[in-house]
Amino acid sequence: MAPTLPVEQLDSVPVGRSATVVSVACDRATARRLMELGLLPGTRVDVVRVAPMGCPLELRVRDSALSIRRVEAARVAVQLLPEAAPVRPAVSPSVGHAAR
Amino acid sequence: MSQPRVLLAGNPNAGKTTLFNRLTGSSARVGNYPGVTVECSAGTLRCDDTLSVTLMDLPGTYSLSARSPEERVAVDAMFASGEAAPAAIVVVVDALALTRNLYLALQIMETGLPVIIALNMMDAARDAGLAIDSDLLSAGLGVPVIPISATRREGLPELRAQLARTLHAGGAAGEVPVVRYPGAVEAAVATVTPAIAAFKPDASPQAARALALWALLSLGDDELVAIPSALRDAAASARARAEESATDLDQAVIAARYAFLEEVVESAVTRPSAQRRTFTDKLDALLLHRVSGFVVFATVMYVVFEALFSWSEPMVGVIEGGVVSAQDMVNAALPPGALRELLKDGVIAGVGNVIVFVPQIAMLFLMLGFLEDSGYLARVAFLIDRVMARVGLHGKAFVPLLSGFACAVPAVMATRTIESRRDRIATMLALPLMSCSARLPVYVLVIATIFSGEERVAGVFSPGALVLFTMYLVSTLATLGAAAVLRRTVLKGPRPALVLELPPYRRPEWRTLLRSTWERVRSFLVDAGTIILAISIVLWALLTYPKSEEVHARYEAQRSELASVADESERASRLEQLDAAEAGEQIRKSAAGRVGLAIEPVLQPLGFDWRIGVGIIGAFAAREVFVSTLATVFGISAGDEDATPVREALANASHTDGRKLMTPLAGLSLMLFFVFACQCMSTIAVVKRESGSWKWPMLMFGYMTTLAYVVSLAVYQLGSAFGWGLG
Repeated sequence: MAPTLPVEQLDSVPVGRSATVVSVACDRATARRLMELGLLPGTRVDVVRVAPMGCPLELRVRDSALSIRRVEAARVAVQLLPEAAPVRPAVSPSVGHAAR
Repeated sequence: MSQPRVLLAGNPNAGKTTLFNRLTGSSARVGNYPGVTVECSAGTLRCDDTLSVTLMDLPGTYSLSARSPEERVAVDAMFASGEAAPAAIVVVVDALALTRNLYLALQIMETGLPVIIALNMMDAARDAGLAIDSDLLSAGLGVPVIPISATRREGLPELRAQLARTLHAGGAAGEVPVVRYPGAVEAAVATVTPAIAAFKPDASPQAARALALWALLSLGDDELVAIPSALRDAAASARARAEESATDLDQAVIAARYAFLEEVVESAVTRPSAQRRTFTDKLDALLLHRVSGFVVFATVMYVVFEALFSWSEPMVGVIEGGVVSAQDMVNAALPPGALRELLKDGVIAGVGNVIVFVPQIAMLFLMLGFLEDSGYLARVAFLIDRVMARVGLHGKAFVPLLSGFACAVPAVMATRTIESRRDRIATMLALPLMSCSARLPVYVLVIATIFSGEERVAGVFSPGALVLFTMYLVSTLATLGAAAVLRRTVLKGPRPALVLELPPYRRPEWRTLLRSTWERVRSFLVDAGTIILAISIVLWALLTYPKSEEVHARYEAQRSELASVADESERASRLEQLDAAEAGEQIRKSAAGRVGLAIEPVLQPLGFDWRIGVGIIGAFAAREVFVSTLATVFGISAGDEDATPVREALANASHTDGRKLMTPLAGLSLMLFFVFACQCMSTIAVVKRESGSWKWPMLMFGYMTTLAYVVSLAVYQLGSAFGWGLG
């Protein structure tokens, strides 16, 4: 059983850190689009950078760079991974693994 | 027998267009999907000596799920019946983002149609140290997987051979992948499947199951049309039941698919032990940096702008010269009369009105194609989205809006890069307010009429320059304001989220760029060009007919008197003056002149008279035509190339009661009218073309004209009330 990490919003994850998605609570169309792009509960997401004007964010999800606005990121709940976590694991943990 | 059809599907940026071009060579043709403004390329692909197929390029998409009619094109193409039914589907996947790309492939495989996976970017994957075992991938997915590199032409013969094998096998589908959906999903599928018969009657049991999943994911908050109500009801009740058991069906379906794909990908892919910093990572550090990023951004935008504004100028000159020589030829070849005038001033001038846009359209689409294919356009959206979001627009609206400063016609066409239809239409309807280059001659004429060059404000600024700057500022603010209002009113709806992929930087291919640019130009000439030509001829007729015989007879009499003038050049110049004066009188008698006179009471509160009204009618052909129409109205002969005589005539013109016409206030009112009014038939034609209906251009024309009238009225009336600008 992994230690329970506090849940926070994706937009508060510092640049350069990684997190595991807990839930995607955007409006249905956006949530579906994000999930179909692989941003699912249990997926690892890296916060790569913030646009110079403070919005949107650049994320790395399943080997591709995705950009979403802060409003949407605020509705994605995540658990921050420890800083030492290796950059991009071989395969991002799936839903099943997260429940273990 | 017609050729079997094969569809080409894939994520955006997966290299689909390059592969399509490689496979079909020069046989590709572009058309439209019925009912929607989505383009569709089709070409012939030779699989082997005996088998050729028609390859159809589907729009790039991350998923089959659809909310809008545009997004449904792929599903409809897959389930087309009769001759249009596809024999196989080639799915292009990017080896560098394999799992996400396979999501679309899996959705397509679930339909039971024969699928071949073209595993693209294998060269880049190798460079990144990624080892992909395509046999294992194929075994895990249950469909053939062919590793290729479309840009390096690797693996293409194998892909053709595989396609031939699949088709010769009679299109027998491979095993349908077994995605383990949770019980709640299976129950929902069971509820919806019987209703599929009303939607796609020809669907096999396997396809009906896939369509049931599609309906569960797509229906509910959609804007799809022609969905049978039985299917809608079934999907709604299945969703309601799932909600009772606290199951998010969307998430359950998508997660089950990803779980399946992860297992397959894990077995087939070996990743490098250490992650290298890629070329894209390094370049992004520079191009998305808060200082260097904006320097590059500003430079790139400047180049785009400069290209539209100045680089296309010589070509425009050549076209205009060509039009004049064609008119001269007609003049020489035909006797004077109505036919000659129709050909010369109606048809040839009208064709000129169309092709004069080609250099700017070609220039913009070359630039835009380069930016898009290189991956930089997504970065532009990333950098500027904050500003665009304020007015409810997408980051990708920036380049079209900026292009609007040069010309709305290519700019409207450039809105195609925006995926959401609402965002695209809002951008399209707002951007004609950007002060385009055709407004400049009008500003220049008016400014030169109302200000002398020597005056200075605060010692340094010339009033003309200040006014000109103000016009550009007002137009920019108006554009952003109009977009914000449109997004909150007629185009209201859930603010579509920005979900933007920042694809790896790639070198664009010249052939692809040239081909897509040519397609843009061709579709403009065919679809918008015909409308522009028709309106040109109608406008010409309005400004020319009916002619007054009485006026003509009077001038003929004066012409015959000139026969006594001995000096050849003196006579020629007097004749020219007479021609111009007659044209000036005739235009007053023409339909447009009568309309101008009739609407004078409506224009007077703005500070205009009937002559300005005729100029405004003429300017509907193109704003700069205002200057030449005024020249005709004032009876100035066409031989004068520069606008000086028009300026003088305008400066000396007065209302019937003797008041001066062009006071600074009236000039300001006129310029503001041109800032806001939709005085451009070509913009209307191209918005019709791009939005697919007359409704949007009519709305645009209506709101812009109203805005123009109200603003000019307010400025002129308030100004007069406060006693400004009467001097």
